Order: sequence, then structure tokens, then C-alpha cells
Amino acid sequence: MLDLNILVGGEAGQGIQTIGFVLGKVLVRSGLQVFADQDYESRIRGGHNFFRVRASDRAVRAQSEKVDILVALDSRTVKLHKNELKENGLVILDKQALGSDFAGLQILDIPLEKLAVESAGDKITANSVAAGAVLGLIGGDPEVLFKVLAAQFAKNNENVRAENLNAARSGYDYTAQRRPAGFIKLAQGEKAGPNMFLSGNEALSMGAVAGGCKFVSAYPMTPVTSILEYLAGRAKECEMVVIQPEDEISAINMVVGAAYTGARAMTVTSGSGYALMVEGIGLAGITETPAVIVLGQRPGPAVGLPTRTEQGELLFAIRSGTGESPRVVLAPADVEDAFYLTIKALNLAEQYQIPVIILTDTHLANSMTDTPEFDLSQVKIERGFLLADKEVSLLTNYQRFAISESGVSPRALPGQGQVMVAADSDEHDESGHLTEKAEIRHRQNAKRLKKYEGLRKEISPPRFIKRRGAVVTLIGWGSTYGAIAEASGLLLEQGIINNVLHISEIWPFPAEFVSEALQLTVKSVVIESNATGQLAYLIRAETGLSVSGQVNRWDGRPISASFILDQLKKGIIENGRRA
Amino acid sequence: MAEERKAVSLTENDYFSDIEIAWCPGCGNFGILKAVKQALVDLQLPPQKVLFVSGIGQAGKFPHYLKCNMLNELHGRSLPAAAAAKIVNPELTVIAEGGDGDGYGEGGNHYLHAMLRNVDFTYLVHNNQVYALTKGQTSPTSDQGFVSKTTPNGAHEALNPLAVAIATNASFVARGYAGDIPQLSRIIGAAIQHKGFALVDILQPCVSFNHINTYQFFQERVYKVEDEVGYDSADRLKAFEKALEWGDKIPTGILYKVERPVFEDSLWQADGIPLVKRKLNPQIAVHLMKELI
Repeated sequence: MLDLNILVGGEAGQGIQTIGFVLGKVLVRSGLQVFADQDYESRIRGGHNFFRVRASDRAVRAQSEKVDILVALDSRTVKLHKNELKENGLVILDKQALGSDFAGLQILDIPLEKLAVESAGDKITANSVAAGAVLGLIGGDPEVLFKVLAAQFAKNNENVRAENLNAARSGYDYTAQRRPAGFIKLAQGEKAGPNMFLSGNEALSMGAVAGGCKFVSAYPMTPVTSILEYLAGRAKECEMVVIQPEDEISAINMVVGAAYTGARAMTVTSGSGYALMVEGIGLAGITETPAVIVLGQRPGPAVGLPTRTEQGELLFAIRSGTGESPRVVLAPADVEDAFYLTIKALNLAEQYQIPVIILTDTHLANSMTDTPEFDLSQVKIERGFLLADKEVSLLTNYQRFAISESGVSPRALPGQGQVMVAADSDEHDESGHLTEKAEIRHRQNAKRLKKYEGLRKEISPPRFIKRRGAVVTLIGWGSTYGAIAEASGLLLEQGIINNVLHISEIWPFPAEFVSEALQLTVKSVVIESNATGQLAYLIRAETGLSVSGQVNRWDGRPISASFILDQLKKGIIENGRRA
Repeated sequence: MAEERKAVSLTENDYFSDIEIAWCPGCGNFGILKAVKQALVDLQLPPQKVLFVSGIGQAGKFPHYLKCNMLNELHGRSLPAAAAAKIVNPELTVIAEGGDGDGYGEGGNHYLHAMLRNVDFTYLVHNNQVYALTKGQTSPTSDQGFVSKTTPNGAHEALNPLAVAIATNASFVARGYAGDIPQLSRIIGAAIQHKGFALVDILQPCVSFNHINTYQFFQERVYKVEDEVGYDSADRLKAFEKALEWGDKIPTGILYKVERPVFEDSLWQADGIPLVKRKLNPQIAVHLMKELI
């Protein structure tokens, strides 16, 4: 099995992302499955950034810390990552620029800047030289690289495009002639019908478009800014209005205003921004207004680690808001989930007239993977009790908050026919006008919470890998699925039979399913990117069952299969104490 | 269409709401309610096409007392919601509304940016210079030295909302007085007709909690800029000067008015079909996938 790992490292501003992205795309086009992630600091120049590309002939859905090729654009990259090199791992660097003090490492010295100047007349193309050099080293198909580069520079002028192709060719030729014997060699040719290569944020943005979102108002914040930028740049073709307001409070209230008036509306933010929006969650709850809020988690508290990842806001999302009102929380596991669950969020928001929170994180937002094109014929727009113009014209005494069996009332829009639509942030009667009467309050609050009955049926069951003779269940939620599934396979190879239970549609909580699954194995371990074990807590609260162990990571770095295995070895497998 | 068949002209009764009014007898809000109804009648705007978005406070209750579409928002948040409503359905006449605490205190940031953004809707501020719903605390517009339960030593410098508005180049800046219904209804009518964000700050005596800025106080001081020969509401510096005037004489009327591009012009403009009436078609995402291969 091929498991190729490339790490490109250097300072911010050195074009690391371009090299990594181009390589990832070439590997996808070459028929491999790819997972790429990036690690960067909250700065524009300098510091240390890296981009990892992992490719395999089997599914890879998480990063690995074991590196085959380390592309070092500065000496700090060598220092920081040399211990991640595999036994035959190789470092590509320019000794002219970085010196030659790299004892004990297998170095492929390549004069990146010199080749750039010679082949393209500009040292700025050194990162294309580097991309070519990596591909030459692994014997990839240069034609695929040229096609990808041509597309990458499609918006630049012809000269820039040609220069970068020349630069890539010179890098390719240089290393192709200097390949160490027996080093990884890729098959040639381009795979027909290649997959998309995209990030979680791109998938989520596309889900918003396909799901009929027409209005987005959002304040820039890592890790969701790229959603705002993606949609703003395509607003016209996607028939959408995208606004950057003065703050997150404005964003959520714009979403409520747009949705009350009848447009599917969404906002995106991270923890601190979400904290500012929380009053709006209660507003959407009591005015029964559909609203989709993307909460891209990053490590807190407060500003925390702005560019890193964490799953620290599960309980916050579930419990956020003034008073008590129904909501749904969906936590996509991967890019495919990010697409389809965004559509589901837009549908559920309108079907149940509630806020729906999409709980993602930096890891999913920024990491990229290959996936087949999404099947748009599967996408259904469900608008629930939104009344058609004709239905509205037959109404005589319209009541926006009429008591109903399901808790959902027929929804007319302002300006639609002869009815008038009243919605109030105060408690109100069926007509939407404010009241303080105890019995009406009782009925309206019960009506709103009754929506949970229907919502419970809408929640799809968790992913469940069930094996005969399993001794332990690995449990997770959200973006950790790839790492957990990989860890599960590795454990199996070691003879430890295990089940995997992974929750994406997390609120209302699928308590019955989880409860039954947990009772199939003696041991169960919850794996999550936070310190306090929020899913473990939620399982206890919702099922009355305690898991036997926890693996937590809260240093801001994504969980990987080897991290899980190391932790399990320390705790559960060796001394059994943690489990 | 039923609407066209009923081509009889609209009267104030068409805006009558049977909800019991919870304001104190003599409240300035009654004058504002009357003036709004007159303006809507003058413009013959059917209540079904009018959307009021209000904040929280005594003024925030206003839309309940008028027959219209209404979204009673959170405290201080009427402006973002009103802007969004207008953007997604430009066929609605959108009027945001609230008090001085709601708009100039809690919603201060939205106030600034609504004026800069210039979405086409009207903002009525019931400015009674005191927090009335919470029973008599100081407000951003309370006169300096105003003694209240939370400012026993007197309030600090007051916000001048009109000066701030003109500083942001807000496209329509007016002051009305709840005690002069004919002028107020004319101003509100002009504000609704103005293309862009239109601010109407309304002097609204609070009979329960503000014993300084009373009907008598204003009666003795207000005068109309339209009565001043040669007053040019397009003159920004002159308007700013008027906005600073507060004391023995208090100007009312349209202080400043300028034609500026509205925010909607900067947005993708389709074939004139409002966003709320567009068909939702998943296939619109097809080409996005091709980009990523």
C-alpha cells in the first residue's frame, strides 16, 4: 500500500500553500486519494508554516506525522520536522541558501532559486521549481503537473504561466535524474473522471449555494473567512447577496431579518463571534425564524489560538441562547458531510422554523481531500410550511404562531398577498402580538419545544462500524472521523477488535442509538479535541451511561491516528487504568 | 386582483390595530402614531406592503398599535434586520423604529453603519431623552446634568444624533416633534419617499420620567428650518451648524438631504426579481464543482 507523505515548510509568504495545493491536485489527478492540511500562525510574513500532503491508493482521510519528503524552504523547517522523517525519508532543500549543516539526514540538494532564475528569469518561481522537484523525485507524470499549473495560473498573463511551467519543468528534470534508487515511484498517466480536491469550507460554501441560500451576512474571522470570501466572489453567479456587516451582532440580526422576510439566510463565525450572536439564537427561537449559523471552532477561551483547531464549543452550541428554544446542531465529519449537512441545515431551519448550527472547526475548514462530484440530483429543497401565494390568498384570519400538532405553524411572508405577518421577540399570542398571560406563554413555549418530537426523527443515526467480537468502541464527533477510522484499522491489524461510533448529527442527541451501541462492548473511549470531554459529558447526560475512557487533545493540533494509538497505549491497552 | 378591485383610497382606519395601547396617557408616542398613520395615508401605502421593524422600549411596542407587518426585534437591533428585509424584498416599504436608548445606546454601532451603508429604508427614533420602559434612567441623549436614579450626580455629555448623522454623510437627516403632527407626518412622508437611509429623530416628551424636556419646554423652543428663507438642506456645513443648535432654539424639519448611491446598487442586481421570489435551484452549484477538478 502506498502511503506517501510530503511536508512543505517555511516562512509565511514563501508560497508554501501553492506548492502543497498544486502537488495535492496533481496526486488526485494521478488517481490517488489525498488528504492535505496546513498549519500556520496568525501572521502574514515570517514565522513557521507548513502544508502536508498525504496520498495513498486507499482512502486517506486524516493527516499523518510520518514524512517521506520534507521540502524545507528554510532551515527552521529541517530543525522542527526532521524527527518526523521516515527511515528512508528525504529532505529537499537548497544548500546554497540554507547552508550544509544537516548531518545524518538524507538530503537532495537542489538550487531552487538558481533554477528559477535560469529557467524562468525570476526567482519568484522557486516554488514552482520545488513543486516540479517533488514530482520528479517520485517519478510522477510531468504533463499532469503542467496542466494543473496552467489552471492554477489561468488568471495570470501568458508570460507568468509560461515562466512557472518552465520553472516546474526544470525542477522536475533536476530531481528525476537524481532519484535515490528504490524511492517511491508513481504510476504515469492521468486518471479519467478525476475527483474534486477541496476544503471543508469550500464544500460547505457549495452546500449553501446548492441548498438555496440567498443571503449571507458575516464578519471575517478565522477559520470561516474563506466561506465569506468564496461566496462574496461568486454572489452574482449564485444569485446570492453577501454582506460584511459592522459586527457579528449585526450579522445574526440581518439573517433573522432576511429570513423573516423569506430568504434562506446564513451567517458564519467562530467562537467569539458566536458568543456575540447568542442573543440572536433566542430571537430566532421565539420568532420561529429559520437561521443557519456556521460555528467554525478554534481553540478558546476568548481569542485563544486563532489559527488552530479545537472542538471546545459542543456544549456551548447546544445550550447557547436566552431561555429555552429548540435548535439543531450538525457537526460535519468530512467534506462530503460539509456539503450535504449544510443543505440539510437550510432545509431543517425552514421546515421547523428554527436556528440550525453547523459546528465545524479549523481542521475541517482548511484541510483538503479528494471526493467525487456531489450528486445534485439528490438535493431536495424542503421549505416545510411556507405557504404558496395561492394558499395565502385563501386566508382570512392569518395567525403566524397558530398552535399545531407538530409545533410548526403555517408561515406566510410579509408582502405576500393580503395577510400581515407579526413576529415578536416578546412572548406573544398566536397572532404574534405580545402578551403576558400565563396560559398563552405556557402554550407557546410548549408549542416551540414540541418541534423536538419531529426533529428527533430527522436526525440520521451516527456512523457505526460494528464488528463481531469487538472489545472496545471508539467514539467521536465532527472532524475527527478520518483519524478515528484510521486508528480503528490500525488497532484491528494489532488484533484489537473494535467498533467505531461517530456522530455528525449531534443535537437533538441520538441517545437511543448511542445507548445501544455502547452496550455492545465492555470498553468505550471517547476521542475529542478538547480538554474536558464534552461528548463524554453529553453521553452521560443523555443516556445515563459513562464511557470507560477518554482521549483528549487540546494543544490546538488536529488528532491523528498515531496520536490516538499513542494515547490508548499509554492508558487503556498497557495498564488498563484509563479504561 | 382583490387589491386593485378595492381601488378605494386608504384612510387612517385601514391602519387601525385593536391591540390595547400600553403607553401612559399623554405620551408623545401618541402624536407619533397619528403622524405615521397620516403619512401612510398620504402616500396610500397598503398596510400589507409596509414592514415595521422595531427595537425594545416603549417605542419598540409601536408596530403592535398599527396594522402592518411587524418584526419586533431585540433591544438595539432593528437596523440590521430592517436593512436585510429591504435587501431581500425591495417591494416592501421598510420602517425601523425605536427609542434613543435602543438606537443610540445599545444599537450605536448599527446606527453608524446603517447611515454609511445607505440601504433604502426609514428610521424613526422616538427620542425622549430618558429610559422609560425601565422607569427613568439616563439615556445617551439625556441633557448634561440630567439627574436620574442611575445618575444622581447628573448625566455626562449628551450624544448629538443629528450631528453624528451628518458627519457620516447620512443621506436624509431630519428632526420632528411629537407635538407638531402635521409637520412630523410631512417629514415622515418625505423620509419614506427618500431613496436611501432616512433618519427622523423625533422629540418625544415623556410625561412620566422626563420633567425637563416637556411639551412646554419644546413648545417654547422649536422652530422649522423650512420657514427660514433660503435654508438649503443640501448644504452639509449649514446642516451641521443647525444640528449643533440646542438650547433656547431647537430646529426641526429636514436638516440635511443628499442623493447618494444606495447600498443595493452595489449588490448583484438581477432581473428585478426580489431574492425572496427567486426559485431555489440546486443545479446552480454545478459549475462550482467543475472549478475544483
